[in-house]
Amino acid sequence: MMDNLLIARSLFGMTMAFHIIFATIGVGLPLMILTAELLYQKTKDTDYVVMAKRWTKTFAVLLGVGIPSGTIAGVQLSLLWPGFMETIGRVMPLPFQIEIYAFFIEALFMSIYVYAAERIAPWMRIISLTLVALGALASAVLITNVHAFQGTPAGFRYENGKFFDINPWEAFFNPSFFVTAGHVALSAYVVGAFVVASVAAFKMMKNKHGSRVYLFHQKALVVSLVLGGIFSLLTAVNGHESAQYLHEYQPEKLAAAEGLFETQSHAPLAIGGITDRETQSVKGAIEIPWVLSFLAGNSFDTVVVGLNDFPEELWPPLFIHTLFNAMVGIGSLLILIALLGIVWKKLLKKDRFPRWFLWVLVLSGPLAVIAIECGWIFACSGRQPWVIYRVLATADSVTSATNLGVLFLAFFSVYVLLSITVVVVLRYFFRKHTELDDLQKAESRA
Amino acid sequence: MANELIAITILWGFVFIYSIMATMDFGAGFWSMIYLNREKTKATNIANRYLSPTWEVTNTFIVALVVAVYSLFPKAAYTLGTILLIPGSLILLLLAIRSAFLVFSNIATEYKKPLTYVSGITGILIPGLLISVLPISHGAFIDYRGGHPVLSLQKLFTSPSEYAFIGFAISSTLFLSSLLLADYSKTSREMDAYKVYLRDGKILGPLSVLMAFVIMLTLKTETPWLYTRMMEELPLLLTSLGFFLIGGLALFLPSYADKNIQGMPRIAVIAVTVQYFIASYVYGKAHLPYIVYPNITIQSGFTDPNSFMAVFATYIVGFAILFPGFIYFWSLFMHDKRYLRQKSR
Repeated sequence: MMDNLLIARSLFGMTMAFHIIFATIGVGLPLMILTAELLYQKTKDTDYVVMAKRWTKTFAVLLGVGIPSGTIAGVQLSLLWPGFMETIGRVMPLPFQIEIYAFFIEALFMSIYVYAAERIAPWMRIISLTLVALGALASAVLITNVHAFQGTPAGFRYENGKFFDINPWEAFFNPSFFVTAGHVALSAYVVGAFVVASVAAFKMMKNKHGSRVYLFHQKALVVSLVLGGIFSLLTAVNGHESAQYLHEYQPEKLAAAEGLFETQSHAPLAIGGITDRETQSVKGAIEIPWVLSFLAGNSFDTVVVGLNDFPEELWPPLFIHTLFNAMVGIGSLLILIALLGIVWKKLLKKDRFPRWFLWVLVLSGPLAVIAIECGWIFACSGRQPWVIYRVLATADSVTSATNLGVLFLAFFSVYVLLSITVVVVLRYFFRKHTELDDLQKAESRA
Repeated sequence: MANELIAITILWGFVFIYSIMATMDFGAGFWSMIYLNREKTKATNIANRYLSPTWEVTNTFIVALVVAVYSLFPKAAYTLGTILLIPGSLILLLLAIRSAFLVFSNIATEYKKPLTYVSGITGILIPGLLISVLPISHGAFIDYRGGHPVLSLQKLFTSPSEYAFIGFAISSTLFLSSLLLADYSKTSREMDAYKVYLRDGKILGPLSVLMAFVIMLTLKTETPWLYTRMMEELPLLLTSLGFFLIGGLALFLPSYADKNIQGMPRIAVIAVTVQYFIASYVYGKAHLPYIVYPNITIQSGFTDPNSFMAVFATYIVGFAILFPGFIYFWSLFMHDKRYLRQKSR
């Protein structure tokens, strides 16, 4: 028998892993749509109208899964982790509360943008879309704030299992709010951009070079590479700051992320490899001397705390080193891909991308999604055994109900069903409504 | 008014708004399935015209409701979360399938029929499960094992009052939504659809009131404390019944504006909403101070006072910001003749 806690964690982890795909694209895509709408206003090139229209359709379909899966995540928190939500309800209710308003703004104006588009003025359409993008962004930022609070709790005094001097606004502005929420928001824009780049590159391979459809997707690709490049760079800068926050507030998480056992100055940075508990080393890693100290505190003699300073039962799982590496590795690769693409197209003014590079671009979207999955699993597993750092243990917040295994299977089946149908429906729709049809319709209307 | 009472009033407000919106939403989905093969009446089109722009907003209310529970009554949320694990999960699973297939059915038009059947059937089951939270909160189906509350599914599903509540939820869902769609199709000048929904309303109205009486009967034997306290407000219950009769009358009388058309569905919608409002007030008042009988009261479940003040402040600011948005939304989808009287596709 798997124990209750493990099944509860697996069930909730599965919900989040599923939801996060739709949620992240749901934050990233509105910015792409808004960019296309604005580019149309600037250039009057109807291709951008077609882009906005097709991305909106995709967005609407993904919301059909993202909204209910988000509802599941929100409610499942109370069902599986009643002890956690009791504490959050008392100390940190504001982000969830304010997120509702952001959610309402997104839902109201999404319907207005989609179903009232022809009846409202163009400027009102842009405003509606801006509110959709802002609502989506705000929801992501606010929900991430709860996650930030779990890592750097604030706004209360905790003695003998009781909370005193509760200040919900101090909890809201907990130390890692801005840096953590910023990371999630920026990386969502990265994902939105590279998912579009993936599709555009794939369609460029499928269509004849220089054809109407090819040129359409090439425009989409350039937009996504520019935005993807900017935001992946910003994500990296912010990520560096996030790591420094770990150094300050959750040293054992940073130690596990880097596979560092002994506290030391001039600490080396271990890239790759697998952390080994027995030998207290990262097997097969490339070690760069002194760099970890520098990254953690901007100087080589910064003392970085190692895992051995903590009792072993409070260590995060050691596999997070691999997840951390995957996230950082993919993030860096995406910066490189965007740079290469822009230089090739805009500076060298080359006519076409080499085929291998198009394949790399096709992979960039799925890679971006893998990176955020790794990032979230790293962030949440790395906090273990705590659900609220040094206040509430995950094991103490889990539901007392048993037989969660059946629920796990039920949710698993529904997620599989929805994953398959959403792909089938999208493919069906875009096969039936080809780019060429849309492009010709848009031209004849203009 | 004490903070606890303000908080439970806010929560009750959310429950009421969501239950009205959800009945319209799930009901419209069900009707759109029922009339799928009767293309001439446009009854399906009318249901979809209402449903397409509103379902996301309606869905937001259920999240708002859950968030209100744990930010206003966190200790009650602990018990509710524990005992509602199974019914709550079932609702979530059905809701996920329902929403997704609702969207898919509008996108993959060739497969509209099977997709609409899935969303229509899962949708009509949800109100029945949602309302089960009420009989569960009466406490009789909760066992305590080692200090932890456990919901006994066997006791729940062998109880007549559970089935009375389920029947009431489903008939009310169909009743309210047929009234709304009657009004909606009348404003849209789809008279064939109007006649269909008017007829449905006339049948389902008496049925849902009958189910309400059945609930009272089962409460009398199963939950006497609640029954006695509800009957203390008998004048209000009778007023509620009066509004039902006004609503019913409005369906049969000729229209005030046009004598050739039978029924004033707008008045019926308003009267019946008032009917439910009064009835739910009586139920809620009798339920106090218990959130979950007998251990969790609004006092024992209440949040920290500082947190309450902060949350309350966000309600006021949030409402002020959102209100114009809701008005604009309403004017575009409930009021704009260009949307309502569009040619049906």
